[in-house]
Formats: sequence, C-alpha cells, structure tokens
Amino acid sequence: MNLVFYLLAALTIGGGLAAVLLKHLVHCALATTVAFAGLAMLFLQLDAQFAGFAQILVYIGAVAILIVFAILLTRGSELPKDGVFSRSWFVGLVIAAGVFAVLGWAVLESMRALPQQTAVPAVTVHDIGIALVGRYVLPLEIVALLLTAATIGAVIVAMHEKERPR
Amino acid sequence: MQESGAFTPQFATSAITGILWLIPVAPMVASGVIALLKQPRRKLAAGLAIGSLSISLLLSLVAFCHVVAGWAHGSVIREFVNFTWFRFGSSTVDLGWVLDPLASIMLVMVSFVGLLIFIYSVGYMAHDENFTRFFCFLSLFAGAMLGVVISNSLLLLFMCWEIVGLTSYLLIGFWYQKPSAAAAAKKAFVTTRVGDVFFLLGIVWLFSQTGTLLFYNHGVGSLEGLALVNLLSQHAGLGLSAAGAIGLLIFAGAVGKSGQLPLHVWLPDAMEGPTPVSALIHAATMVAAGVYLVARVYPLMQIGAAPGGTTTALTVVTWVGASTAVFAALIAVAQNDIKRILAYSTISQLGYMMAGLGLGGVAVGMFHLITHAFFKALLFLGAGSVIHGCHEEQDIRRMGGLKSDMPLTFVTYAIGMLALCGFPIFFSGFWSKDGILEAAQHWDLSKGPFYLLVFGALLTAFYMTRQVCYVFFGHWRGHGSAHESPKVMTLPLAILAFFAIALGVIGTPAWPWFHAFLSNRAASFDLHGFAEPGLGLLMLGSSCVVFAGLGLGWWLYGNKSPKPEAPDALEKSAPWLWKPLRDRLYIDEFYGVTVIAFYGWWARVADWLDRRVWGGIVAVIAWLFGLWARLNRFLDVDWVDGGFDKTCEEISSGGGLLSRVEGGRVQNYLRILAAAVVALVAILLWSSRP
Amino acid sequence: MTGVTMGINSPLAGYLLVAALLFAIGLAGALVRRNAILVLIGIELMLNAANLNLIAFWRYGPHPEALTGMMFAIFSIAVAAAEAAVGLGLVIAIHRHTDTTDLDKMNRMKG
Repeated sequence: MNLVFYLLAALTIGGGLAAVLLKHLVHCALATTVAFAGLAMLFLQLDAQFAGFAQILVYIGAVAILIVFAILLTRGSELPKDGVFSRSWFVGLVIAAGVFAVLGWAVLESMRALPQQTAVPAVTVHDIGIALVGRYVLPLEIVALLLTAATIGAVIVAMHEKERPR
Repeated sequence: MQESGAFTPQFATSAITGILWLIPVAPMVASGVIALLKQPRRKLAAGLAIGSLSISLLLSLVAFCHVVAGWAHGSVIREFVNFTWFRFGSSTVDLGWVLDPLASIMLVMVSFVGLLIFIYSVGYMAHDENFTRFFCFLSLFAGAMLGVVISNSLLLLFMCWEIVGLTSYLLIGFWYQKPSAAAAAKKAFVTTRVGDVFFLLGIVWLFSQTGTLLFYNHGVGSLEGLALVNLLSQHAGLGLSAAGAIGLLIFAGAVGKSGQLPLHVWLPDAMEGPTPVSALIHAATMVAAGVYLVARVYPLMQIGAAPGGTTTALTVVTWVGASTAVFAALIAVAQNDIKRILAYSTISQLGYMMAGLGLGGVAVGMFHLITHAFFKALLFLGAGSVIHGCHEEQDIRRMGGLKSDMPLTFVTYAIGMLALCGFPIFFSGFWSKDGILEAAQHWDLSKGPFYLLVFGALLTAFYMTRQVCYVFFGHWRGHGSAHESPKVMTLPLAILAFFAIALGVIGTPAWPWFHAFLSNRAASFDLHGFAEPGLGLLMLGSSCVVFAGLGLGWWLYGNKSPKPEAPDALEKSAPWLWKPLRDRLYIDEFYGVTVIAFYGWWARVADWLDRRVWGGIVAVIAWLFGLWARLNRFLDVDWVDGGFDKTCEEISSGGGLLSRVEGGRVQNYLRILAAAVVALVAILLWSSRP
Repeated sequence: MTGVTMGINSPLAGYLLVAALLFAIGLAGALVRRNAILVLIGIELMLNAANLNLIAFWRYGPHPEALTGMMFAIFSIAVAAAEAAVGLGLVIAIHRHTDTTDLDKMNRMKG
C-alpha cells in the first residue's frame, strides 16, 4: 500500500465525514464533491480509467450540481431551528457502526484468501465499447429506457402544478 | 199375520202401511216451511199447520179403519216396514214403523185432539205477535209425537221422543222474555233429561243383549219370542230378569216424561206456556207418550209372569203410579191457579194410567189414556177460554159467577169436570177409572194400590168441585167484566165435550170393544157383562166415593165466594193440613237443597279447579317460559353479543397497537432495514465460516 | 483479526475497508440527519462505496478482461444519476407542498 492510496483514502473519507457532519447544507454538498473526486482518483489508481472519468463527468459534473440546485431551491441555506440531527441520531449511529463492524470483520476474516498482486489489466476503451454493444447490449438499452423514464419522471414530479379550475 | 219385510218397492203389506210415514212427516214438513216464513204471514202459517195435521188425521182414520176391518175379520193386524239406517261392523241399525191396534188408536187420538187444539189456537193466539213461530213449533211437536206413536224401532222412538221434549221446551218458554217461563222451560227439559238417561241405558242394554232395537221383525225383533226368552233367562239382580230391568229403565224415561212421582216437578211449572200448549202437550199427548211407551214395551215387562200373576217390574210401575195419583191429588186441593190445579190433576191421572198398566194390562191403562186425553184437553181449553174471558186472570179467587157470563164454556167445562171425577154411567171417565179400580181390586199382591186409588178418586172429585165453585159459582170478584169466547174457541170445546161422553160407550163391560180390539179378541154387546161378581158392588162403591167428594166440595165451597184475600175454607178448619199442601209438599225445596245445592257446590269446585289448579299450572308454565326466555336473552346479549363485542374491541386495539409500526417516518424504516440486513449478513457469514 | 496483525498486505483489503467505511458513513448520514437532501447525499455515498468495491474486485479479480466489474460500475453510475435526479425532484416537489424538508415532519404515511 503506498502513500498515494492512503492520501486518497483520507481525502475520500474526510469528504464523506464532512458531508455528513457539517451544518450548512452547501458545505455538505461541496464536501460531497470532494468525496466524489477522491473516489474518481481512486478509480484511476485502480487502472479503471473509463470508470474514473465517468465518475467525474457524471457525479461531480451532474449529481453534485443537481444537489446544489436542490439545496438552493429548497432554501437549504437556512439553518433549521431544531438542529440538523434527528432526535434519535444515536440509534442510527449504532446501526451504521454495526454495519461497518460486520463488513470490516468479513474483510479481515477473509484476508488470507485475498490476492496479493495481479497484473494490470490490458483494457482499452475500444474493448469497453465492444462489450457495451455486444455482450451488454440489453442492459444498455434498458438503462437508456431507464434514463428516459427518469428524466421525464423528474420533470413531471418537479413541475409546477397547473391551477385546477375551481 | 200380515207382515212386511225390508223396505222394497213391492209391498206385501197394505198400501196404507206403506205410506204410514206420511203421517208424522206431513206436519214436520209444514213446520219447516213455516219456519222460513216471515212473521206477518199468519193465515198461511195457520193454514199450513192445520192442513198438514188434517192430512195426518185423514191417513190415521184410513189406517184405523184398515186395522178395525182386519180385527173384524178375526185376523190380527201387525204390519211393519223396516229399513237399514247404517251398518257398523257386522251389525246394523234399523229403523221402521208399525201399524197395529195400539198404534192406530193412538194415531187417531193424537191427530184429532191435536187438530182441534190447532183450530182453537188460531183464536187464542190471535193477539200474539209470534203467531207464526207458535204454529211452527206446534207442527213440529205434532209430527214428532206421531213419530213416537208409529215407531217400530226403539231408536227411532227415542229420537222422536227427544224432539218432543225439545218442542215442549220451546213451547213452554214461548214467552221467553218472562223469566219464569224461561226457567220453567229449562226445568222441564232438565228434569225429563234425568229420565231420558235411564231410558238410553235401557236402549243400550237391550241392543247389547238382543242385537236389535226393532220391536217387530219377523220373529227376531226385540219384543218377539226369541229375544224375550233370551232376556228372561238372564238375571239382573234384585229379583229382576234382564227383561224386567230393561223395562224398568225404559219406565224411568216414562217417569220423567209423564211426570210420575220423583220427576213430576216440571209439570206444574210448565203451565207458564200458552194454554193450548198446556192442553195439547201437557194433558193429552206428550205426557201420555210415557204411558204409550210403557204400553209398547209391555211384553218386556210382562214376560216371566205366571198366569194371573205379575212381575217385579210391573209391581214397581203400579206402586209408582198409585202413589203419584194420591200425592198429586193432595197437592191439587190447595192450589189457587186454575191451570195449576189442572196440572196436578194431570199428574194424578197419569198415575192412574200407570197403575192401570201395571194392574190390568195395556188395554186398561190405554183406555184411561184415551178418555183422559179428551176430557183433560177439554178442561184445559175451557180454562183457556175462562182466562181469555177474564182478561188473562188466572187466580180462581178473582173469578166467580161465570156460569152466567160464559154459559157455553160453563157447560162444556162441567161435562169435562164430571168426566174427570168419574161421574157414573154417562161419562167416559167413570168407565175408564172403574176399569182400573176393578183391576186393582183383583190384584193379588196387595190391596194397597186399590185403597190409594179410591182415596185419589175422592180427592179428585173434591178439588174439581172446589175449582168449579170458585170459578163458575158465586159472584164475580175480578175487575172489569167477563165475556164469552169466540166461536173458533168454543166449537172445539163442544166437540171435545161430545167425545168426553161418547167414548165411554166403547169401554163398558157390556161391550168391551176397546179391550177386545187391543187384545185381539172378539167383542160383542152383552149386558151380562155387568153380571160379573163384585163388579156391581165396585161400581156402586166408586159412585158413592164420587158423590161424597162432590158433596164435600159443595158443602165447603158451594155458592160462597170468599174475598180473594180471605183464607180458604179448608185452610180455616185445618191450617196444619193446608199449608204443606199449598206449598206442594216441599218437593221442589227438597230438590233445591239436595240436588241443586250439590250441583252448585260441584260447579264451584270445578270453577276453583279450573281457575286455581289448571290456571295455576298454566301460569306456572308460562312463568317458566318467561324465565327461560329471559335466560336466553341474557345468554344472547351478555355472553354471545358481549363476547363478540369484546373480541372486536381487542382486535381493534390490537390493530391500533400494530399500526404504530407504520410511523410514516422514512428514516425509521431505513434504520430497521439496515439493522435487519446487518443481522442477516452476520448470520450468513457466521454460518459459513470454515 | 489476523490480517491486521500481519499488516494489511493485500491492496484489495485496503480498498475494501475504505469502501466499507465510506458505506458506513453514508448510511450514518442517511439515518441521522434531518434534511431529506442529506439523506440523498448519504445514499450517493453508499452507492459510490459500492462502486469502489466493484472496481476493486474487478482489478484484483480473476478475469479482468471480462470487464464484468467495470460494466457493473458504469451501469451503477448511470442508474445512480437517474435516481438522484428523480429523488431530488421529489424533494423539491415536497418542499413546494409542505414548505419543509425536515424528514421528522414527514409522517403523513403514518398508519
């Protein structure tokens, strides 16, 4: 494990923590963006360049902006009166800790079985393209359909209602 | 012997026997038609009644002539027609009618006297508004009485007997708005009913022993040889054979209907009815039905008697008749109502008839019945004429001196009275009563009846003289003035008076036609009949008795007319005797204390049982049911419904509890989801450890 | 816990742990914060953690040339984007109706 990994990991985790813990929503949104960026760089370090760039394009370029828009449209910049954490935050924390405990335990238990080093995969974008329209054409089409439906659905959901005639 | 068989189209009998049934049916049909008429159609009603009875009279005369013709030729006529009414099992119930000398005589008497009284009633009831109803009932009575006469079956006789009793009830209570009349009708019906119960027992017993209720049926009838011998052989206790016992039971029915001693109490009260009713029913015909019945079943009572001797049954009949004769005559002495005196006189004379049957046989009793019918009807119709003429006054103390105001009535009444007393030679009553006295004299068992009957004759003369003196002699003590009755009423009186004299001719010892006719012997006019030993003495003796009675009565009452409020002459001299006689020897009171009191007590007991015991049981059962219903309702409402309601409430609250799971808060759902996934994964991992 | 004492000598394990930690953080955010948008942010973080897992296993898996992991991750990104769009649209619509994004107050589905 090299230093880059640790730095990137720290960046990602820090961004995530900040996203969850900060009070101002806009700060949270920006911290999320930092987390996304860290993840993208991790992808790059894992020789998944396409995924990394896709991550940057989609998440940082679209989802984060979307989040910011939503915050702004819902007046998230105002601080709520009752505090940002729900009344029973401890329960949630415990459950999240439980989840991490289970997952971590699973990983550590199976440490012996995990591979050490492997060769860098010789994968090009061309291969990814061929795979998309070859083997994975059905999921591709379905995702296209899904995206269309999502787009239309989001528009309808968020649209101003017409005034009903009284 | 000419007889007929079953009811078939070809008659072996004479034609008259074939249509004999018309005699009772014609008046009954007339009665039915009159019942459907409206009240104002008086002429039609009277016409129908008189017309139908005339037809009956005509046919009766034809039948009588037929029988007399047969008798004159020396053959015995007993023709009958029988038919089967219904079968049950292997036995049948037969009805039929018979024509023999006894029936033919009775037919003529009943229809003739009845017709005269019908004609009389047209005048007597002219002012009554229920004229039509009167004739309807009268016709029904006439039809039923004629049915009793010709019946060849004890059952048919009983049925007609009951109809006669019914019409008697209807006619006694004709003026039913009067409470005394309604009570008298009820009393008559109930008292005769007591006798009828025994009658019915006799009928049933006879049927069970002989298997038939027909009198004459080719030798197998109940009054014919075979059956009688059979009945004679069975013993019924008390020295009676079955025949005698049955005969006495049937006699009990006659006791009720003919007013003999224990059951006579209804006859005086029956005078509440209109006078024609009293004349027809309670003097001439209905009460004679009892005597006729005994005459009809005479073979039953006589069988087993040694020649010249008598049976137990006939002895009972004799003693009952003789005691009744004296008993009623005693009471008649002290009565003040003109009709009541005649009523007690009727009871007394019926006693004579019964005694005559018991002592001397059918002919002796029947002769007195026939003569009595005429002169008693005459006396009653005469009394009706008197009442009518005195403006409905019936108390003899308020009458008097009517011999000049109502001469025709007086003459006919006097003739009737002398006939009743038995005035010698000229009057029929003398011959008939003497026949009975002669039979009593020759009775071996005891001379008791003879002395009783002689004493009765004395009393009869005495009280009749008293009545005639009070009514016709002396001076008028009533209000208003008396007048003679119209011809339609006096004509029947004259006709009856004629017969009261003339009928004596056929029963004298010189020419005992009547007795011969009934006994199927020949008769010839022979003055030597008077020469029988003891007969002359007897006739002289009875004449003396009659004169003594007449003289005693005249001496006490004569031409005097005491004021209505003054005591009677006899009362003044022997008040201790007068009072019980006037109060009818307390028989009614005795019955009131015993029978009626018992009945009242029994009715109260039954009422108490009904209300308290049965009613109580019903109430208890009802209460139990109510309890049961309440219990059911409690179970239903509190347990079933309540349980159900409770369950529903529990489910509802349970649902309320469960609905808290759906809090509607998304983060809670997520938490639960995550926790569940954790748990699941943990389990999976744990279980798949190597 | 033997791996920890030996040091994390497998790079895969490191990535996996990071992914797990990020997942837990995202879950905590989704469960703890009040604001609906932050719940969605948490969900995005969880999805990203899953993507990291996928890519890491692709890289150190037996057959990287089959591109299975990569494809999975790409599709996941696409779907996540769509889902984010719709979800945020919903939040905006709800805000328009109830004027709040507080999840604690959104309990109209209460049974």
